[in-house]
Amino acid sequence: MAKQAKVIVVGGGLGGLWATVRLAEAGYPVDLFSLFPVKRSHSCCAQGGINAVLDIKGQRDTVEQHIIDTIKGGDYLADQPPIKTMCEDAPGLIRTYDRMGVTFSRTPEGIMDQRLFGGVKNKRTCFAGATTGAQLLYAIDEQVRAHEFNQHVRKFEHWEFLSLVLDAAGVCRGITALNLRSMQVEAFRADAVVIATGGAGLIWGRSTMSTNCTGAAASRVYQQGARFANAEFAQFHPTAMKGHDKLRLITEACRGEGGRMWVPRKAGDTRAARDIPEDERFYFLEEWYPTYGNTVPRDVASRAIIRVTRHMGLGVRGQEIVYLDLTHKPREFLQARLGGMLEMYETFAGVDPYTNPMECFPAMHYTMGGIWVSFEKDVHTGGMVRVHPKNHATSIPGLYACGECDFAYHGANRLGANSLLSASFSGRVAGDAVTAYLKSLKSGADSVPQSLYDAERRRQEEINRQLLSRADGENASTLHRRLGEIMSEHVFVERTNAGLDRALAEIAELKERSRRIALDDRSGWSNQALPWARQVQDMIVLAEVVARCARLRDECRGSHYKAEFELKPPEGKFAGDPEYEAYRRRWQANNERWLKHSLATHTPDGPQIEYRPVDTSVMAPETPRDYR
Amino acid sequence: MEKVIHFRIRRQDGPDAPPYWEEFKIPYAPQHNVISALLYIREHPINTRGQRVAPVVWESNCMEEVCGACSMLVNGVPRQACAALVDTLTQPITLEPLTKFPVVRDLAVDRQRMFDALGRVKAWVPLDGTQDIHQHAPRISPVEQSLRYVFSRCMTCGCCMEVCPQYHDHSAFVGPAPLGQVFLHNSHPTGGFFKADRLHAIMGVGGIADCGNAQNCVKVCPKDIPLTTAIGALGRAATRQWLHDLFVR
Repeated sequence: MAKQAKVIVVGGGLGGLWATVRLAEAGYPVDLFSLFPVKRSHSCCAQGGINAVLDIKGQRDTVEQHIIDTIKGGDYLADQPPIKTMCEDAPGLIRTYDRMGVTFSRTPEGIMDQRLFGGVKNKRTCFAGATTGAQLLYAIDEQVRAHEFNQHVRKFEHWEFLSLVLDAAGVCRGITALNLRSMQVEAFRADAVVIATGGAGLIWGRSTMSTNCTGAAASRVYQQGARFANAEFAQFHPTAMKGHDKLRLITEACRGEGGRMWVPRKAGDTRAARDIPEDERFYFLEEWYPTYGNTVPRDVASRAIIRVTRHMGLGVRGQEIVYLDLTHKPREFLQARLGGMLEMYETFAGVDPYTNPMECFPAMHYTMGGIWVSFEKDVHTGGMVRVHPKNHATSIPGLYACGECDFAYHGANRLGANSLLSASFSGRVAGDAVTAYLKSLKSGADSVPQSLYDAERRRQEEINRQLLSRADGENASTLHRRLGEIMSEHVFVERTNAGLDRALAEIAELKERSRRIALDDRSGWSNQALPWARQVQDMIVLAEVVARCARLRDECRGSHYKAEFELKPPEGKFAGDPEYEAYRRRWQANNERWLKHSLATHTPDGPQIEYRPVDTSVMAPETPRDYR
Repeated sequence: MEKVIHFRIRRQDGPDAPPYWEEFKIPYAPQHNVISALLYIREHPINTRGQRVAPVVWESNCMEEVCGACSMLVNGVPRQACAALVDTLTQPITLEPLTKFPVVRDLAVDRQRMFDALGRVKAWVPLDGTQDIHQHAPRISPVEQSLRYVFSRCMTCGCCMEVCPQYHDHSAFVGPAPLGQVFLHNSHPTGGFFKADRLHAIMGVGGIADCGNAQNCVKVCPKDIPLTTAIGALGRAATRQWLHDLFVR
């Protein structure tokens, strides 16, 4: 390419910022788009930590074990070569964060400390108090600011991504975006675009996610032809606080640091938690899963909570609440290791968690599914080729995706403290992949006629004009609330086909209604009603993909659970027992049918779903997950 | 009478438009915070005079006091509105935009100046690239880590700037938060290699000498960051740097 290539990155959380830094280091100018100053991105909400094998606790932890835990944690549904490389590169990423100045918690010897998280047996999680995500985000934000200072990066904060600009051959050549202050739509040229816009928690109404995690950007590229994969897999975090606006996360580190989950043994017990004697408490995770106890993976813990509250009627005060108890731990220990989070609990619950068990219930937390991305397998190592244009490439040429908005690494369920890792790692890989793509690109965006950009800008302006001109119609917030109710009732921890059919019918109705949204604010300056209305429309489209994929998948895998298709290991039987071996064969037969990525393609009539095999070349699926 | 939550909100349609007050009453529910109440108003934007008006404009994101977006004056106090629980506030609850930053619209202000200041003071640890160099940073004692951790929690929310008498649109003062970041990065084993660069950045016009020692900043910081401790230490370091510059060339 003759002219200097330019890249657009959309989204400024860990994924987007890592991609930006890598591109800037490679000498490419980057335009970075974000709804808000990037330092406020949702990555800052991750509390507990980031996984990397450092083996500093005498447990002989190995990278191989991290790979196995991630693969099995995800119930085998993730392509394995990228997992392998991610786990191998994790210690190097951690060292880089350390060099950036992240205030990781330390051992007495001044090296980075590690703690236990769910779904694993070894201490493998690096942490900075209970604000690890914020500390990592700030560190990479500072590196980007250094590049901004040197004019390699231009930030477009308070801009909303609206659409891709695709040329006649379907290659991505730029974007259109809305200036959230002037409300002007502009088209921007770029030789490649990286989308790193995070998860879609708001589809469930309330979740542990930030209020900007709508998934709208992912929905927009899906509607322009990018495939969307494994949409039905959403993680419900077992421990969240209840709230009107948001279900605030209580980090899994609480369980890792010794927190115990319990309910009173007697239904409807009205005594205060502290007054209930030890023998009248039901530590349900410890009883049901003696090996892992309170640190079973999140999907297992969430289902156990649903079982103990909804099916056994043992919720605290008869409500959908269970206790997470840290009161047996010394105050100084808790302050040092979980301080930030416990402060947050006290602020919002008005109850001191050092002396009272915390009250919690599962909440929508993380989207394992997302924009489908590719990878280039390294035939020599079985991992992925570290720098290759196919890595993190979406189904649209020139469009890359990384971070929570992609579908890779976590399969059917994400392990705790693997999200900060995958966000960072995938951002780095995507940045490097784009550099490789640009080197191979024959003709850049400057060869594309201006008329293409003008046409896309006008199409977006017309959508805005229609919304702004409608005097009477539906209220976007009301539609969103209804969407949340539908998803939280039927597309939650436990699913049934009858419920999912109802959800699909209701979503179809919402989709119709969303075409008639009228705005309470029709002004032309810093109008928040307009982008919100468009986000709600796009959330409904994505919700349909989630519900459709969930309806079609007749099995239990990771976070996706339908009781009528559950394969349970025979009680008290293990590998070698004939009953267990018969169970294993049933499980393998089910894998033949369902161990596949679901891939959604947008059509005017709704999503078309097909299935694609999973690369299980690192560790063949021979043993079912078993956390007993 | 039905229990309500009563808000008095200072609104402004744009940067140059005149401000005005508008009141809203919403049905009471326990455990509301200011943002959850604003979300209710977004869906039902009807003022106390019964008029349907444009919903209030504000910034928020995380809703758990870590992202720094929703700073505003709640009953006159700068704080994160998401952590301002209605049950703890005197009614009517007044909401106003921060006064030290240009109003964009209603409660949303433009805090770009704060982010620019982070660039001006070079608040980062310079790296020779983000590739793995197969080494960690040098060891850091748990004591040193605890001190640095406190400063690393700054979310650039602007509350300290709001209450600082020296920080306003006629002054070049960089403000307390960026000074805290200078202290943080100077205290890092390798970040400290560039201590002099950061000190020089705060030794000129609008630098540390502009601090009037009012000590308001520490009182409002939502993360309890000991900003005045940092400013004190930086003042001494700047003096040493000045002497060093004078005698050691």
